[in-house]
Amino acid sequence: MAKIAYRDAVRDAMAEEMERDSRVFLTGEEVAQYNGAYKCSKGLLDKFGPKRIIDAPISEAGFSGLCIGAAMYGLRPIAEFMTFSFSFVAFDQIVNNAAQIRYMSGGQIKIPIVFRGNSGGGHQIGATHSHAPENIYATFPGLKVVVPAFAADAKGLLKSAIRDDNPVLVIENEALYGRESEVPDGEYLTPIGKANILQEGRHLTIVTHGRSCWTVLEANQELLKMGIQAEIIDLRSIKPLDWPTVFASVRKTHRLVCVDETKPFCGVSAQVAAEVGRACFDHLDAPILRVTSVEAPMPFSSALEDDCIPNVARIVEAVKEVVA
Amino acid sequence: MATTKTKTPAAPSGVIASTQPLPDYGPAPELTREKRLEWYRLMYLTRKFEERAYQSYQTGLIGGFCHLYNGQEAVAAGTFAALHDDDPVITAYRDHAHGLMRGIGPGPAFAEMYGRATGCAKGKGGSMHFFNVERQMWGGHGIVGGQSPLGLGLAFAAKYLDRKKVCFSYMGDGAVNQGAFHEALNLAQLWEIPVVFVIENNKYSMGTAVERHAAPVELYKRAAGYDMMGVRAEAMDFDEVREISWILGERARRENQPAILELMTYRFRGHSMSDPQTYRSKTEIDEFRKSDPVEILRDRILASGTVNAHEIEDLEDKVRKEIATAHEWALASPYPRLSEIYTDIYA
Repeated sequence: MAKIAYRDAVRDAMAEEMERDSRVFLTGEEVAQYNGAYKCSKGLLDKFGPKRIIDAPISEAGFSGLCIGAAMYGLRPIAEFMTFSFSFVAFDQIVNNAAQIRYMSGGQIKIPIVFRGNSGGGHQIGATHSHAPENIYATFPGLKVVVPAFAADAKGLLKSAIRDDNPVLVIENEALYGRESEVPDGEYLTPIGKANILQEGRHLTIVTHGRSCWTVLEANQELLKMGIQAEIIDLRSIKPLDWPTVFASVRKTHRLVCVDETKPFCGVSAQVAAEVGRACFDHLDAPILRVTSVEAPMPFSSALEDDCIPNVARIVEAVKEVVA
Repeated sequence: MATTKTKTPAAPSGVIASTQPLPDYGPAPELTREKRLEWYRLMYLTRKFEERAYQSYQTGLIGGFCHLYNGQEAVAAGTFAALHDDDPVITAYRDHAHGLMRGIGPGPAFAEMYGRATGCAKGKGGSMHFFNVERQMWGGHGIVGGQSPLGLGLAFAAKYLDRKKVCFSYMGDGAVNQGAFHEALNLAQLWEIPVVFVIENNKYSMGTAVERHAAPVELYKRAAGYDMMGVRAEAMDFDEVREISWILGERARRENQPAILELMTYRFRGHSMSDPQTYRSKTEIDEFRKSDPVEILRDRILASGTVNAHEIEDLEDKVRKEIATAHEWALASPYPRLSEIYTDIYA
């Protein structure tokens, strides 16, 4: 196993799948000559040429729709959003066209498309650039939504997404692009819809995903010092969500803290709490607590922003309350 | 309404103006007698289908929306007749003609509108979402202008795969003010994608006249802003529509050059079935009804002497029977099972 940066895992996934299937192409803003705004497509223009690595103008609705049409016709496009915050400009294309055309046509059409790109706050880039939209897209039947936290899944989930016959949103995170972690040697796929238990434990379950996995692992160092053994689950896939793994863990630990970067109202953690409350009601020994982003647009000042996304202090506090 | 006459001597009749000189590919290939009669049959079938749909809507057999194409039949027929059978087409929600003329039988079409399991989309799409992918009819789309980038993508993929196809992507005049359409125009010219955006200008964006929704009202001129070919042409005459469509279609196919084709048409009925039509006069409607595209083609065929009146009446009689049978068949069809709610969501 080699340690590589998350952004290189993303690039390797695209390169391997493009090598394997000539129908796969990449478009988006700055993906070709600039090598990607976050360097996720570094070297791909040289390797695959301008027919398959295509710089798009700043026209999210236009190039997203183009990719959906191309997928309907049989290609397997990867549309990169410089940040998923910009995907809202293409919202109609994603939720009305990519998600629903198969249904509205009575199953005549497949739309094998990947939308991918950066997301999340914590970089002082203001409210418009800091959205974590996985809960929003997960509400639309017809879409799949995955949020890789580690290099291995950044590669394995993206490869699975490219091979999937449905629209898959692969929501990456700016804070993670430079982080290195272990990636298996050789060809592998991470299945969509399967959570990953990062650490087994018995005192409580922590369900998390994306960048928050790293924050939870950091908080875990403090929990271990306090003698708290948490079972930590990385959802990896928001839609479909691996309910059996979550339920089995809560039935074992009897306590749950949800941690994620979406907003508290109708966020991913709200959904997990509701489902666990229903399915594991008799097993719960404490109220379910949630550590999420806050009910405010993302502020610019770092003095404020650090408090607006899940941090170690808030996680430790919630865990202490749940295991008390 | 003022239009700039930039028509070149080579331009076929029906062309009112264009932003660039039209290429000279010679005349469009002749239609055989049988093919011509078949296009007439499809126009007549569309008209009769919608007359029946009109009644069905009024008697409560059709729920939701129903946007009739009455008056615009020469647009779908004339443009389709200029294409290869496997050139992709895509349109908005006024899609009955595009579906029927690309192989959806009147039975499955009625059944779809009546919400039956035998509908062309199993009762999951309805009037606005007719699809027949086998015959390259890619819908049937509900959000005004939202299908423009999709048509662009179909054409992009055909070019990527070196299929030598052209996509005709249809919209109403109201769609020209949507951002997605303009993004599609820029990408089409920038990447030289073989797509023709057909604006079916029926003079009203729902109830808002083109003079009240568009600056300028010459919609084909919007192509000029993208260095694209834009053409305005009359569209009540099947042959005229076919001629200019063939030129722009071949230009896209041979030279990967996109275009806007603004076709001047008129809908004889309201925007949808619930439209009281307070925004236009009966005199105006009656004036346009004098140039009925179905009758224009019928008269031309009869005047040509290749088909006699008996033959065309026989064809019309068969169509009327086919429509009546299709309606009955659709009504007798079962509703979808509840389990169908959860199928066709994921592949």
